Amino acid sequence: MILELENICFERDNKKILNNINLQIDLGKFIAITGPNGSGKSTLVKMIMGIEKPDSGKIIFDGKDITNMEINERAKLGISFGFQQPVKFKGITVYDLLKISANKKITKKEACEALAKVGLCAKEYVDREVNGSLSGGELKRIEIATVALRQTKLTIFDEPEAGIDLWSFNNLIDVFQTMSEITKGTTIIISHQEKILEIADEIILMKSGKIKEIGTSEEILNKEIKNKGCCQKRECKI
Amino acid sequence: MESKNLNEIDEQLLSEVSNLENITKGAYNIRKNGKGVERQVTENVNIVTKKDVSGIDIYVKENTKFEFIHIPVIITESGLKDLVYNDFHIGKNANVIIIAGCGIHNDHHKDAEHDGIHRFYLEEGAKVRYIEKHYGEGNGDGKRILNPVTEVYLKAGSSLEMESTQIKGVSSTIRETKGVLEKDTNFVVTEKIMTDGKQYAKTIFDVQLNGENSSTHVTSRSVATGDSKQEFISKIYGNEKCFAHSECDAIIKDNAIVTAVPEITANNVEANLIHEAAIGKIAGEQLIKLMTLGLSEKQAEEEIINGFLR
Repeated sequence: MILELENICFERDNKKILNNINLQIDLGKFIAITGPNGSGKSTLVKMIMGIEKPDSGKIIFDGKDITNMEINERAKLGISFGFQQPVKFKGITVYDLLKISANKKITKKEACEALAKVGLCAKEYVDREVNGSLSGGELKRIEIATVALRQTKLTIFDEPEAGIDLWSFNNLIDVFQTMSEITKGTTIIISHQEKILEIADEIILMKSGKIKEIGTSEEILNKEIKNKGCCQKRECKI
Repeated sequence: MESKNLNEIDEQLLSEVSNLENITKGAYNIRKNGKGVERQVTENVNIVTKKDVSGIDIYVKENTKFEFIHIPVIITESGLKDLVYNDFHIGKNANVIIIAGCGIHNDHHKDAEHDGIHRFYLEEGAKVRYIEKHYGEGNGDGKRILNPVTEVYLKAGSSLEMESTQIKGVSSTIRETKGVLEKDTNFVVTEKIMTDGKQYAKTIFDVQLNGENSSTHVTSRSVATGDSKQEFISKIYGNEKCFAHSECDAIIKDNAIVTAVPEITANNVEANLIHEAAIGKIAGEQLIKLMTLGLSEKQAEEEIINGFLR
């Protein structure tokens, strides 16, 4: 087991955002978390990275209690996090960010290769600043490249489809799959996209701060989502 | 470079404000403690000592292409107040790079001050890149003061790009930059300042866009930490069909104070003038992103500031 959450509770403004979450995730699994807006998905993954701290409960990663650890300590232990809204900087270039991600000296050629994997024509991007001059889709791909380069035991993506068109996103699905194959690690991805849910080993369905159901994609998709029509079924052919 | 007029501290100061290896490749004039100590002229660049006041005239022949001119100043004498006038006369269609830094080493309790007045007269079609770096060091409690004045006069079709950097060790600075632009000219200013402790830095820009299709871009990026204080004042006057953009962006930390006063005045209906000013602490989300990549909060902050001031 790579990750275990025990009795995680988180309350803000008298609202139970996470209500006694218990979860165990095995190494090497591709896990999708889905559920309606406000169900606590983002808060849950932020807890794992340390961006939010639980009011009570325990987080065990790779056998270590990380509940009180800082974000960077968790990052060093082997957790990566792809943000829903990629962060912009002033003066920091794509190459700078990729160098920090890789945590070692990488050449521009290696940085370009990392960008090419997420579908960016690398030479045009490597020296650009990670700022508002890049489109939402470009920033998202750079965000994914920074996460992919780390090759950690646990990789988390908070709704990677947000802010990116479906055509582009479908091309990125291969990136997520390949990444988990290369790292042999675990991927947790918040998504509403049927294609992501279909390739997941397990789907965690959340509702009102609780885990409503855990099952294979077939079980969950048939039972909960397809019946209620809450999953985006748009297909795109390129 | 090897010179009997320069000791180890001098060379250290020079390397902070100039590229030592490159100095001797073109024309140069090194001023130490109020006196010229080393000079070299070239076929295209002449340097002449002024007779009426302390300083030099630098003459660049017309059509000179891609020459470097180094005019560094170093001060190692506590209690010295140095005032110098350097005038640059750039001939028609010349294209040169001028590097004029000032380094102060003050190990004592008296103040050391350098006030450099640099005037640039660009003839038609001339192009100059002007790099100015200010630096202070030393263990004394005497202040290290730098008050540069830069005046830029651009004739038709000429352009000047100015980069000024003051990252470390200057106790107090008042920087005044003035530009007078004729037709089809461009004046670009990029300023980077970092202050800490009780340091003080004030910047005043005054640009007169007098010619048709003249343009200016003024960008100031600064970081104020500790109990330091910074003021940014920018006055741009659009007197013809012209374009101007001024941008002041400051990161503030601890108890520092930053004031930004961008002012634009359109005296012509065809003047297109924009100003932006932003002051704020380092965005929390930037720190968090870099921490998710394994950096500590302190390392993340350094990366953000280094990138910001690059």
